[in-house]
Amino acid sequence: MRDAEFVRAYEIVGADFTNAGRASTSIKETLKDMGLASALIRRVAIAAYEAEMNTVMYARRATMTLHVTPAEVTIDVRDEGPGIPDIQLAMQEGYSTATAAMRELGFGAGMGLPNIKRNTDEMAITSEVQRGTTLVMKVHLN
Amino acid sequence: MGDAHYHSIRFDASACHGCMACLRVCPTQAIRVRRGHAVMIEDRCIDCGECIKVCTRNAVVPLTASPSGLGAFDYTVAVPSPALYTQFDGGVTPGTILQALRNSGFDDAATLSWSCGAVTHAIEFFLADYRGPGPLISSFCPSVVRLIQIKYPELVDQLLPILSPREVAAREAKRRASAETGLPSDRIHAVYVTPCPAKMVSIVDHPGMEASYIDSAVGISDLFPLLAPVIREVQASGVRPPETETADGLGWAFSINLPSTLPAEDSLSVWGLPNVLRILDDIDKGKLQRYVFVECHACFEGCVSGALTVENPYVARARALRLQQSLPKRSLVDAAEMHARHERGEFRTTRPFAVRPPSPLGHDIVTAIARMQERDSIAAGLPGIDCGACGSPTCATFAEDVVLGDATDAQCVVLRQAQLEERLLQLAGPVGVSRPGGAGGTEARP
Repeated sequence: MRDAEFVRAYEIVGADFTNAGRASTSIKETLKDMGLASALIRRVAIAAYEAEMNTVMYARRATMTLHVTPAEVTIDVRDEGPGIPDIQLAMQEGYSTATAAMRELGFGAGMGLPNIKRNTDEMAITSEVQRGTTLVMKVHLN
Repeated sequence: MGDAHYHSIRFDASACHGCMACLRVCPTQAIRVRRGHAVMIEDRCIDCGECIKVCTRNAVVPLTASPSGLGAFDYTVAVPSPALYTQFDGGVTPGTILQALRNSGFDDAATLSWSCGAVTHAIEFFLADYRGPGPLISSFCPSVVRLIQIKYPELVDQLLPILSPREVAAREAKRRASAETGLPSDRIHAVYVTPCPAKMVSIVDHPGMEASYIDSAVGISDLFPLLAPVIREVQASGVRPPETETADGLGWAFSINLPSTLPAEDSLSVWGLPNVLRILDDIDKGKLQRYVFVECHACFEGCVSGALTVENPYVARARALRLQQSLPKRSLVDAAEMHARHERGEFRTTRPFAVRPPSPLGHDIVTAIARMQERDSIAAGLPGIDCGACGSPTCATFAEDVVLGDATDAQCVVLRQAQLEERLLQLAGPVGVSRPGGAGGTEARP
């Protein structure tokens, strides 16, 4: 059973603030139902929520996929959107391209990507301007 | 110490006819209908009593004490929930209700205003020194505490470690009775007059103390028919009992205001379990750190809408407002004395709140992965309309129940109907289409 893997995909719609956060809540519930340690679940949930809100705010649409293996929890988010021109800059705490409307909703502190990095064991971003961004994040189970 | 699986309600199979009303309202999906009767999943129930409110057959039984059994103790003191003060029509005052309690078999009846004031100060002092993660979450509604213990284990350390006003009121009443009668306090029985069964949870299995100061609870709905005539007697006697409750103390207890010592702009007051779930979810995601205090009420209208109240909760709230206007506006507590007692730990809970996660799908990760895969593949084949006819509240919970062996997919009536129709079509197929007007294969009569 080395290659046991649970996979579930969520479709995220850009600018749908009514349902924003549901995918990360469902991921959190699923990991709880699987009996993972609550501290680990919290890290995954915070990272997943930040990633989900990023796509809701910036992308047209995205697929967020949860993978659970005996070794790690992986979440990859592939979006169709504007892309990130300078990933190094985007990773800096406090850097944000949020609009006034996003800031009204309490986002735009420039902590999204840094928060994801802080809460995960591995994180990789690739992006193509005007096409989209792919974010892969992992939290190790042991 | 209580029983880890103590619950303040039970389902009476002889009264339940499996109508699914409770199944639909249960906020934690802790109910299933099996073999025609509602059953509880014990590690998911938070004792909120929503099932009691919707059951029309009295099949959900609160495990509160019967008023008739309360005479068996040396000394019995009633500790009324402030909700009791809102249940009687005709300008009945708290003083009259407290007198009526004393006239109907209780040796004494405690007031809540002093303990509400004391606890308000204790919260203020605690918040002033608190440096942990925010916001703090009120711990006075036992259903909210259980919800956090079960569903938000990461938040147990944010539960306010301060005793509830009812615990403080019971402790002070016992001390006073002990001093007056010479009886040891363990022979003095404190009975909470409760608006909901959930308070029984904090009496039998207090989440933050070795033992509650309250010994039992009697439901307002059980006491109401006994108390109403005694209240009329007190009113008819022409002697007006003294008013010992104050507007200050009860405003918060009635859930009209937050405690006056809290910064209103940095506190949230949340009503009703669906809203409580949303707020806890946000706190869990780290979204509400700028708030210092969140008060959560399981019931939409606060304790006046508890499952064991008798009056319409909106009428009860209007009465609470009127009472708050008519009662004397003075504080019964001395801030300096409260500070000294707070420093001595007199208002603190005595043990940390424990987590109580429900059993997972599998006890090891490989099993959990396999079962979660199975759950999703079963759910993918279900109609997704959450009709509840299978006896599970949603298609997702049904899929989980099938994985855990608590249901079989044959129980999905929608799937079975579709299979049946398909089978009928197959049987009648080639014949059916050749017949004029006989789409389903049944012969059209002339």
